[in-house]
Amino acid sequence: MDAVKRYFRSPAAVIGLVLLLAVIAMAISAGALYPRDPLALAGRPLVWPFTNARFPLGTDNSGRDIAAQIFYGARISLLIGGVATVIAVAIGTLMGAFAGYYGGWVDNILMRITEAFQTLPNFVLLLVLVAVFGSTLTTVTIAIGIVSWPAPARLTRAEFLSLRNREFVQAGRTLGMRDLQLILGEILPNALPPVIVYASVVMALSILLESALAFLRLSDPNVASWGNLIGLGRDVLRVQWYVSAIPGIAILVTVLAVSLVGQGLNDALNPRLKSR
Amino acid sequence: MRIIGLAGRRLAASIPTLFLILIGVFLLLQLAPGDTVDALMAQMGGGDAATARELRKFYGLDLSIPAQLANYLWHLVRLDLGFSSIYGKPVATVIMERLPPTILLMTASLSFAFFFGLVSGVIASHAVNKWPDTLISTLGLVFYATPSFWFGLMAIVVFSIYLQWLPAGGFEDIGEVRTGIFRVMDIARHLILPTLTLGLIFLAIYLRIMRASMLEVLNLDYVRTARAKGLDETRVVMGHVLRNALLPMVTLIGLQAGTMLGGSVVVESVFSLPGLGRLAYESVIQRDLNTLLGIVFVSALLVIVVNFVVDLLYARLDPRISAEG
Repeated sequence: MDAVKRYFRSPAAVIGLVLLLAVIAMAISAGALYPRDPLALAGRPLVWPFTNARFPLGTDNSGRDIAAQIFYGARISLLIGGVATVIAVAIGTLMGAFAGYYGGWVDNILMRITEAFQTLPNFVLLLVLVAVFGSTLTTVTIAIGIVSWPAPARLTRAEFLSLRNREFVQAGRTLGMRDLQLILGEILPNALPPVIVYASVVMALSILLESALAFLRLSDPNVASWGNLIGLGRDVLRVQWYVSAIPGIAILVTVLAVSLVGQGLNDALNPRLKSR
Repeated sequence: MRIIGLAGRRLAASIPTLFLILIGVFLLLQLAPGDTVDALMAQMGGGDAATARELRKFYGLDLSIPAQLANYLWHLVRLDLGFSSIYGKPVATVIMERLPPTILLMTASLSFAFFFGLVSGVIASHAVNKWPDTLISTLGLVFYATPSFWFGLMAIVVFSIYLQWLPAGGFEDIGEVRTGIFRVMDIARHLILPTLTLGLIFLAIYLRIMRASMLEVLNLDYVRTARAKGLDETRVVMGHVLRNALLPMVTLIGLQAGTMLGGSVVVESVFSLPGLGRLAYESVIQRDLNTLLGIVFVSALLVIVVNFVVDLLYARLDPRISAEG
């Protein structure tokens, strides 16, 4: 409970949490507030924000309600960010755990693969994956997860290297526990906290990756994604710049919220680092 | 010389990694629906099956996959990246044409991010928890969360459309022919906004790392000694702290090289710069798989080279590293 108290003592962490809850609330209430398809035509195109009570945030190039797209976009961003992060962390922890625990040639091979993924710019790899497997919501999410696992893998490996010869592991070994039991049951729970804190970084980056992909029109065009809207607004940037500006702020706020919560968690869980 | 040997060994060690990447991506591209010939035929507005067969034979696409892979790697060893049917030129030529803007953009962004990250990190670490620190750290957080392409678009709105200070895109003015210093100035003007856009997120990262590592070094005993013998604060920072605080910053350059190259795909698209990133995007859209594979190869090579340079820099900053090697 100490950690919770420490978390709420930091104003930045509290602001982050409030923002994140607001984004989650948007995602949940989207269906109730805007029961119609957010990509359906709603009115005249290019209505400026705050000029028509029906469209508080205005309409886009083809007359779709921007506010509705922002609310549904929260769903897409959180969904893609969350699922991609789970995929990346799952692959990363497994790779890192085996590399760190076994060392030797297992470590060598796994780290070579990790290095190969790190040498390749992840956005370029993402382009290749999307070019090959297409850009539905599912493939884009999995692709983002696949390009994001190396960093968690390195982190897990480092944790395993420092934990694998600790007394509690040796005790387990003397008791005759098998490797898999030791890795999953004993070491992993101890190695996990920093990895989970790091997951917030992965999530923030995943949301940014998806929005960039959508902006380039390489993400799923059939969902209301913030990046899609920015890409659309680019065509009318000269005069109707608000079409691009509004969803950008939504992305900024979401990524900021996720980062602040992650940092708050980190400070709350590792109080020694905070005192500096 | 030992430094070069050490770095050279690291360079040699990355060759298997490079081959791993190429084989992986080559096999991945085999899964793609349609091939170069399909794209070519679509561009020509269709054609009969016999022509397609002949074209496939011409491009070596009728061979088995292992044979194609062996073929490709064999060409690669001789630095031949194959032929781009979309651009009608060898892939190597296309890439070489597109490389300079990207390298220029990356160097400029890196210098911008590194310099301002360093300065603001030092300022923040000297005013820990006072208002300059709070301001700088908050700005850093916001920069980190800003999608670069969106920042680019907003910069275009402000600086190109409303203020009309800077061009909205392109690499240089094509309206007039300029030479010498005028051409350099013109290109520099075109690169200001893309540089800021690409550099912003890295500025945020460098600033945070610099602040943390300054704080760490400032507490070490030898700094206390330097202060105790009466050195003024500027000399302490410049002569004693900075060199050691710089090490994590330099490491980060190597780690971020790939991210920066990926970021240039987006930034080059926003500002329609004819660079490697834009080429990557175009070849995905046009399914020019040969070019895409070539870009993968060149970008991996670029990352390896940056890491090589970082190794050399590192050894200069910290002589112990070369001594241990």
